[in-house]
Amino acid sequence: MSEEGPKTTDRSGSMEVMIEIIDMHKWFGEFHVLKGINLTVEKQERIVICGPSGSGKSTLIRCINRLEEHQRGRIVVDEIELTNNLNNIERVRAEVGMVFQHFNLFPHLTIVQNLTLGPMWVRKMPKKEAEETAMHFLNKVHIADQAKKFPGQLSGGQQQRVAIARSLCMNPKVMLFDEPTSALDPEMIKEVLDVMIELAREGMTMIVVSHEMGFARSVAHRVLFMDFGQIVEGNTPEEFFKNPKHDRTKLFLSQILH
Amino acid sequence: MEEIVENFAAEEVKPPVASVGVMGWVKENLFKGWFNSFLTVVILYLLFKVIPSIFEWMFIDSVWSTTGEGCREAAGACWSVITDNLRFIIFGFYPYDQQWRPLIAMFLLFGLLFYSRNRKHWNRHLAYGWLFGLFAMGLLMRGGMFGLSTVESTKWGGLPLTLLLSVFGLTAAYPLGVILALGRQSKMPAIKILCVVYIELIRGVPLISLLFMGSIIFPLFLPEGITIDKIVRAQVAIILFTAAYIAEVVRGGLQGMSRGQYEAAESLGLSYYLTMRLVILPQALKIVIPPTVSILISAFKDTSLVAIIALFDLLRTTQTVLSHPKWMGFSPEAYLFIAILYFLGCFSMANYGRKLEKELSTEY
Ligand SMILES: Nc1ncnc2c1ncn2[C@@H]1O[C@H](COP(=O)(O)OP(=O)(O)O)[C@@H](O)[C@H]1O
Ligand SMILES: [Mg+2]
Repeated sequence: MSEEGPKTTDRSGSMEVMIEIIDMHKWFGEFHVLKGINLTVEKQERIVICGPSGSGKSTLIRCINRLEEHQRGRIVVDEIELTNNLNNIERVRAEVGMVFQHFNLFPHLTIVQNLTLGPMWVRKMPKKEAEETAMHFLNKVHIADQAKKFPGQLSGGQQQRVAIARSLCMNPKVMLFDEPTSALDPEMIKEVLDVMIELAREGMTMIVVSHEMGFARSVAHRVLFMDFGQIVEGNTPEEFFKNPKHDRTKLFLSQILH
Repeated sequence: MEEIVENFAAEEVKPPVASVGVMGWVKENLFKGWFNSFLTVVILYLLFKVIPSIFEWMFIDSVWSTTGEGCREAAGACWSVITDNLRFIIFGFYPYDQQWRPLIAMFLLFGLLFYSRNRKHWNRHLAYGWLFGLFAMGLLMRGGMFGLSTVESTKWGGLPLTLLLSVFGLTAAYPLGVILALGRQSKMPAIKILCVVYIELIRGVPLISLLFMGSIIFPLFLPEGITIDKIVRAQVAIILFTAAYIAEVVRGGLQGMSRGQYEAAESLGLSYYLTMRLVILPQALKIVIPPTVSILISAFKDTSLVAIIALFDLLRTTQTVLSHPKWMGFSPEAYLFIAILYFLGCFSMANYGRKLEKELSTEY
């Protein structure tokens, strides 16, 4: 069902494939959650996925770093196929960063320790270097002054920016975002989106589950609409919002855009 | 507008007189309502009746250094039962002229425990310190080297034995319990079932029956010629027993962890082992510090059950003294004394638990 709409221009010419999902199915017990997903994401491409609650958006992106296991079809991330091979799973996770709706920072560690954990234990980076990397990314998300605090002392928006920095410290090739702003108070949404927009400008490959349509318009190359475990349609933001093809998409857009 | 704000501020600075100071405290805590006032009066009356006579018994009419006969004439407490038998109560049948050895071993242990209180000291050096300390303690107790005469473990007893059983019992039971708790959560059915069966079996029987099994039944199954030290068997029984309870408490802590914590760790690429060690256990174990301390405290007290299988721990040596005709009838004094020793142990554990909890807290 996936459609390769025309790409906006700012990606530099190379059209290498970053993620390839072919006829992927997933069941939770008897429940058929994902019903034949086909999706190709190119390097530096930015995709926003929207759709009603329960349509399988989270499950789809969680399959990409194997937080969920798919049962049929193929998922290939940067030429590594996700199978039961633990080695492959490890390699994929090292390349894919994930940001969660509820931040999931480690509350028993300080901000800087949250950021150095992965680099030190997975990448075996010396502590000093890991801390330098951490401070670099904390600066980038404009929160370096909070480095010594614990997550519980930060606002939601600050915590989500820390979570983004934590993923970036692992130097990922792809970033997945699962409704990164939907648990935030309205006044904090912008600070998180701004960080994500900056990231987009630097050419990060991103898949973002979000209903922030302004963000989708300004950043996405493609917007996908999911419903009942399928990608119903996908198009450039301009086309997607102006001329949705399917009735379900129209209905959904009318609901979220009032 | 401004005026009102100032008024509020002024009121906050000066609360009503009745709610501060000694009078305020007394009124708030002792005489709030007729029921509390009534309770306060009754309790004050009882204390007034009881305390002076206890005080008289303990200090004024008591004797501290007489023989058993002298004690029978005294109206108050007979502390002689302790002062006269102190070395037996503390050291049991350990050879009299060698009792400096367990004494030093205990001081070494206390020193190490005290030094380990501070989490800043938890490093490699401390681990070596413990290794060396344990070796030295074993050497002191057992002897047979460096000119120390050999003292068989059958002669060990009293406080050193109680400490041995509890310190090793608790420090070994804790990690075993954590492993069992993790096993019970395992996705591998064999491991999971094994852990569930173990935990439920052990929790289904009283410690006494484990001690009996260890001391009487277990040796029957050993091939001829092989004997395992009785203390070791009791020690193992205590460890296995306590571990099952620790496991259940830790499982409770693990269940308190949200999926999100596992997922965040996994998506950073941490392995199962690292996820547990760096992310899950530090949080889960912290949550369950209070119930864990409860279990450790009760395990510490339960070591006194080894008296039943004829190990001469602190309780048993005391009872031995009391069974001597000369000292019969002075059990309140003797039991009070060991109660104080046990209380000191339990109280320090409880205190340390609270201290750890406070230090590890990241809530603000
Ligand atoms: N672990 C799970 N077990 C069973 N059902 C699940 C599980 N996770 C999600 N689901 C179900 O799968 C469907 C898709 O969920 P999800 O991917 O979270 O949807 P979305 O993110 O689009 O709201 C929902 O109906 C949800 O109830
Ligand atoms: Mg979701």
